[in-house]
Amino acid sequence: MERRSFLKGALSAGLAASVVKTEKSEAATFDGYPDGMGVLVDLTRCVGCRSCEAACNKEQGLPEPEKPFDDMSVFDAHGHGEEHAEGHGGGGKRRTDEKAYTVVNKYDVPGIDHPIFRKMQCNHCNEPACLTSCFVNAYTKTPEGAVIYNPDVCVGCRTCMVACPFYVPTFKYSSAFKPRIMKCIFCYDTRLKFGRPPACVEACPMGALTFGKRKELLDIGRQRIRENPGSYVNYIYGEHEAGGTAWMYLSPAPFEKVGFDTHLPKEPILNYVKEFLGAVPMVLTIWPALFAGFHLLATRKDGHGHDETSEEENS
Amino acid sequence: MNPVSDHKSIALNSHNKADGSVWSLKEKFLLGLTPGGYLQAVFKNPVNWVLFAIFAIGLPLIAQRYLSGLGSVTYASNDYPWGLFLGFGLFGMVPLSASGFMLGTTVEVFGRHDFHPIERLALLNGLLGYFFAVVYLLVDLGMPWRIYYPMVISFGPAAVLFLVAWHVSTYLSVQIAEVAPAFFEWIGWLKAKKFIRSITLGLTIAGIILSTLHQGALGALFTYAPGKLHPLWYSGFMWFMFFCSSIPAGLSMVVVVSTICVRSMRWRCDENFLKNIGENTLGIAKGASLALITYLVLKVISVAHDNEWSYLLTDWGRYFLFELFVSIIMPLTLYTIAIKTRSVGLARFAALNTVLGIVFNRLNTAYIAFNWQIYQETPYWKEVMITITIFAIYFVTYRFILYRWPILYTWKGKK
Repeated sequence: MERRSFLKGALSAGLAASVVKTEKSEAATFDGYPDGMGVLVDLTRCVGCRSCEAACNKEQGLPEPEKPFDDMSVFDAHGHGEEHAEGHGGGGKRRTDEKAYTVVNKYDVPGIDHPIFRKMQCNHCNEPACLTSCFVNAYTKTPEGAVIYNPDVCVGCRTCMVACPFYVPTFKYSSAFKPRIMKCIFCYDTRLKFGRPPACVEACPMGALTFGKRKELLDIGRQRIRENPGSYVNYIYGEHEAGGTAWMYLSPAPFEKVGFDTHLPKEPILNYVKEFLGAVPMVLTIWPALFAGFHLLATRKDGHGHDETSEEENS
Repeated sequence: MNPVSDHKSIALNSHNKADGSVWSLKEKFLLGLTPGGYLQAVFKNPVNWVLFAIFAIGLPLIAQRYLSGLGSVTYASNDYPWGLFLGFGLFGMVPLSASGFMLGTTVEVFGRHDFHPIERLALLNGLLGYFFAVVYLLVDLGMPWRIYYPMVISFGPAAVLFLVAWHVSTYLSVQIAEVAPAFFEWIGWLKAKKFIRSITLGLTIAGIILSTLHQGALGALFTYAPGKLHPLWYSGFMWFMFFCSSIPAGLSMVVVVSTICVRSMRWRCDENFLKNIGENTLGIAKGASLALITYLVLKVISVAHDNEWSYLLTDWGRYFLFELFVSIIMPLTLYTIAIKTRSVGLARFAALNTVLGIVFNRLNTAYIAFNWQIYQETPYWKEVMITITIFAIYFVTYRFILYRWPILYTWKGKK
C-alpha cells in the first residue's frame, strides 16, 4: 500500500470514528421522547388524603392494605430497618413495596406551620437505570413516557432495585413460584396507552398532580414558581435528576427536608457504567494476542510444544 | 483424623490393584473400602458430625426458601435487594476462584512448570468456587428456573450482568474442560484427556480474558449505584480494583486449601506434591504480594482521584482505613516477612489473612457501605444459616473430589 493511500485511509477511519463518537455522545444526553407524558407533583397542594394510594391500589389490583386508606396513623408507622433511617425517604418513612406502588409520607419542616406531604412512586426516568441494568431487557421506556416491565422474561436478579436511584422497584418476596418486580407503570396498560391520565392523578381532589406532556409541565412548573416565588423553592426536582424524569416535583420546602435525595447525579446512571463497558472490547481483542505473545516469548527455550514437556514432568 | 487411614484403605492411585487386577468404578468411589467400612469411616470423623449438624438445620431452610419464597428466609428488604447470598456467595466466592486462571497462566502461558504440582489444585479450586457461586445465585434469584434466559430467551446486552452471565457460564465450561483431565485419568478415559491437552493453551487464554472481564464486571455492577455506595468504596474504576484484588484472593485461597490438604489429607498427597508445596507456596506468596501492592495503590488513587480525603476523618473513613489495614497492609507485611525469611508457615497465615480480607472488602461493598445514607442491615439468621449450609456442601464436594481424583497426587497408571 502506498504511503499516501494509507494516510488517506487512516484519516477517513479517524473521521468515521469521530462521527460514530458524536452519535454516541448524543445518545448519552438523550432527554426523553419528544411527546413523552409526565406528571407535575405540587407539594404545596397535597393534603395527605391518600386518595391516590387508594386509586392506585384499585386500578392495579393490589392486595388490600393492613390499615384502610383513610387511616392516617400510617404516617407515623415504621417498617423493618426504618427506625434507623435518616437519608432517603427522609427519617424512617414508608416506601413502595409489593403491596403499594405509591405511598404518601408526612414531613414536619421547621419554619412551616403545617406538615408537608410528599407522594412517591416510579418517576419514569428518561433513561431509566432499571432498564439499562436489566440483563434480560424486561423493561421498556414507551414513547408515551412510561417505564413498563415484562414479568415473563424477568429472572428475579433484582439488579434494577440496586440500580434505581429512587429506590422504587420492589420485589414480590412473598411468592415462591411467581415472584416478580412490583412497581408503578404509569397505568400504561389501562390508561396511558389510550392517552388518559393515571388513576392517582384522576383521584386527586386537590389538583396536586398535573398530567401533561413533560415539556409543557416544565413550563407550568416554572410559571408557578414565577407567579408565587414566596411559596416555592426555585427548583423543579426531576428536570435533571438522573438524566431527567417524567414525574417532577415542586416544593415549598428545601427538597432534602421532604425526603428527596438532592445529591443525585444530573446524568443518567448508565454514564457511570460506560467506563467499564468501554473496556470490554479492548480486553476481548487485545488479551488473546498479548498472552499468546507472552507464551511464545516465555517458552521459546523449551521448543514449541509445551504439551510434551509438561506431560513428561507429569509422569 | 481422616476416615481412610484408620481403615487401612489404599491411597488409590492407579487403575490396577497390587495383584494386577483392575479397580472397579465402585471400588474407586469407596476408596477401596467395603460399603460398610466406608460408612464406618464416615461416622468416625468428627468433622462429619459438624457437617451433619449444619445440614440438619440448613437443608430444611433451603427447602423452605424454595417452597415459601425468599421472603420466608430473609428480611425481604427492598432497600437491600442483595443480601448475604450474593454479598458472600457471589461477590466473595468468585475472587477466591481466580486461582484457576492465575496458575493456569503461570504454568501454561508463561511456561513456569515448577508450579505444576499445585496447578491442578488451583484449577479445581477455581472450578468449585465458580460452581458454588452459581449455586448461591440459584438460591438468591427470584426465578432460578429461568437462569438460562439471558442466553436464549431475552437479551439485555448493554447490562453489566449480561456480561457476567455469559462470561461466568462460558468460563465454567472452560474450567470444567481444564479440570477434566484429572477426572479422565481417574475414570480411565484417556482419549478425551488427550484431546483436552491439545487445546489447553487456547482454554487458558480464554480463561484469562473471561476472568479479567467478569471479575471486573462484578465490581462494575456497583457503578450502577453511585449514590448508594459510600464514596470511599465507590470508584469509577472499581471494576479494575475488583479484578486486581481477585489475584491475591485467588492465589491465597490455593495456599489456604493446600495447607488444609497437607495437614489433614497427607495420605492423599504424593511425594512430588509434598516436596514442592513449600517452594510453590513461597512462589505464590511473591505473586500475591505484588498484586496486593498494586491493589493498595489503586485504593489510594481512587480516594485521591475523587478527592475524598475529607471522608477519611469521619467514622466511615476510620472503618475504611481499618479495612485497608486488615485486608491489604497486614497481609502484605506478613507476606513480605515470609518471603524474606523463607517461612512457609507465615506465608500460609498471610494467605488466610488475604482470603478473609478480600471477602471482608466484598461484604463491605455489597452490604455495609451500601445504602450508607439510610440504615445498616443485618442478615436474618436463616439467611446466615443457608449461606453456611451451602458452604458446607462446597466443602464436602471439594473433599470428595480431592480424596479421589489425581489432584494432589500423580496418577500412576496409564494416563
